[in-house]
Amino acid sequence: MTVDSAVKAVRWQQAVIETITTQTPRIISVFLRARLERHVAGQHVDVRLTAPDGYQAQRSYSIASAPGADLLELAIERLDDGEVSPYFHEVARRGDSIELRGPIGGHFIWRGEDGGPLMLIAGGSGVAPLMAMVRAWSVAEPKTPLLLVYSARVWEELVFRDELLATQARHPEFLFIVTTTRGPRHRPEDLDRRLDGSLLRGLLAQWGHSPRHVYVCGSNAFVEAVTDGLVLEGVPPAIIRTERFGGDS
Amino acid sequence: MSTRGFSGRRPSEEAAHRLPPGQYQTDDFPVLAKGPTPHVDLATWRLTIRDGSQLLANWTWAQFEALPQTIWRGDIHCVTKWSKLGTTWSGVTIDDLFQAAGITPPTAYLLAESYDDYDTNVPVADLVGGKAMIATRFAGASIQAEHGGPARLLVPHLYFWKSAKWIKGLRFTARDEAGFWEQRGYHMYGDPWREQRYTDDP
Repeated sequence: MTVDSAVKAVRWQQAVIETITTQTPRIISVFLRARLERHVAGQHVDVRLTAPDGYQAQRSYSIASAPGADLLELAIERLDDGEVSPYFHEVARRGDSIELRGPIGGHFIWRGEDGGPLMLIAGGSGVAPLMAMVRAWSVAEPKTPLLLVYSARVWEELVFRDELLATQARHPEFLFIVTTTRGPRHRPEDLDRRLDGSLLRGLLAQWGHSPRHVYVCGSNAFVEAVTDGLVLEGVPPAIIRTERFGGDS
Repeated sequence: MSTRGFSGRRPSEEAAHRLPPGQYQTDDFPVLAKGPTPHVDLATWRLTIRDGSQLLANWTWAQFEALPQTIWRGDIHCVTKWSKLGTTWSGVTIDDLFQAAGITPPTAYLLAESYDDYDTNVPVADLVGGKAMIATRFAGASIQAEHGGPARLLVPHLYFWKSAKWIKGLRFTARDEAGFWEQRGYHMYGDPWREQRYTDDP
C-alpha cells in the first residue's frame, strides 16, 4: 500500500451546497461543489462554520462520493447534542457556502490497485467512507471480490440502501449482507443480530475468500466488537484498518 | 465571512481559554486507532530504550512500576477536534525514566513505538523537563486497553496522536523521522495552539 496521499497543502476554500437529500430519518446527504484535489476512497474533509461574531466550529466528515465524482457527498447524521450536524439538518440549504479543506487521510483509504479480496464492515453512519470504496470498486475493480457487511438498527436506517442493492444486482463479485439489530431481517441472506465472532466466521465461510484488506467503520463499541471477533477468527490484525466515532462513556 | 444561519454553541468562558483553535470540548473520551486494540499481556510486557538498534535500557512491568510515580492534571487535544479538559494521569516521567537508566539522550529526536506497530516522532526536548510521561493510570485506575493501556506515552502539549498508545519503546533517531501518521498527511510536530494538524500547516 502506498503512503503518499494528502502530503500536500490543504487550504480552506469555499464550497457551495448544491443539494441536500434525506437518506434516513436521521441522516442526510449534503452534495457540495468544491474544487478539491481528487480524493481517494476513505478520505475525509474538514468543515468549518463561522458565526457572525467570528466564532468558528470545525468537524471532520468522511467523503461518501466516488473519487472523481462531480459533487462531493457527505452523509451527515443528526446528533441531538451536536453543534454542527443540526446546522446541516435544520439550516443549510441549496446555494449556501461553507468552508472546506481536504481531502485528508492516508490510512483508511482504498485504491483500485490495492486490490482484494476486500472486506468492508459498517456500523450505522460509519458506512460513509466504505460507500466511497464500494463506488470506487464498482468503477475500477469489479472483478475483485468485495464483501460489505452493514449493521444498522432497522432496515429503514440503511443509508445508500437502494444503490447498494442495485450495485449487488449488477456485480456478481459483490456480496452485500445486512444485519439489523433492532428489527427483522429483510432478505433471506440477511441477519438480525449484533456482529460477533461466530457471525463473522459464518460470513467469511459463506464469502469463500480470505480478505487481503479489511476496513471497519462505526461507533467505537461496534468497531471494538467486530475487530475483536475478526482477530479471534484468525484475521491478521495488520490487515484490519479502523475508523471510529464516539467514546466509552 | 460568516456562514448563513450558523450561531454555534459557545463553550464556557473558562473552557474557551483552554481550547486551542478549531477544538471543541467533550466530556466523553473518544477512541481513535489505526486498527484493532492490541491486548498486551503484563507478563511479557517490556519497555525498551534504544539508540537506533542498540539497546540502552529495558524494564519489565514490575520493574517499571517500581520507578518514581508522578501525577499530571491537565487538558488533552485530539487532531480530530475534540479536547478533554481536566484529565488526570499518572506514571513515570521521561526525566525519571532516563535517570533510572542512566541515560543522557544521544540525539535530539526519537520515535515512540507501540505494540500495534504504530510509531510517532517527538523531539526529545518535548519529552524532558516534566513535559511527558509513560502513563499507566487514568483518573486513578489502570488505563483501559482501548485508551492505550497498559501503558501509553503522554505528551499533552502536542496533539494526542503523539501520545502513542500501547507503548513498547523509545528509539532515538539521528534526525526527525516521520512516524505513522506523519507519513500519512499529518504534521511533523503537531502543536494544537498553532493548529498544526496536517503536513503543510504552518
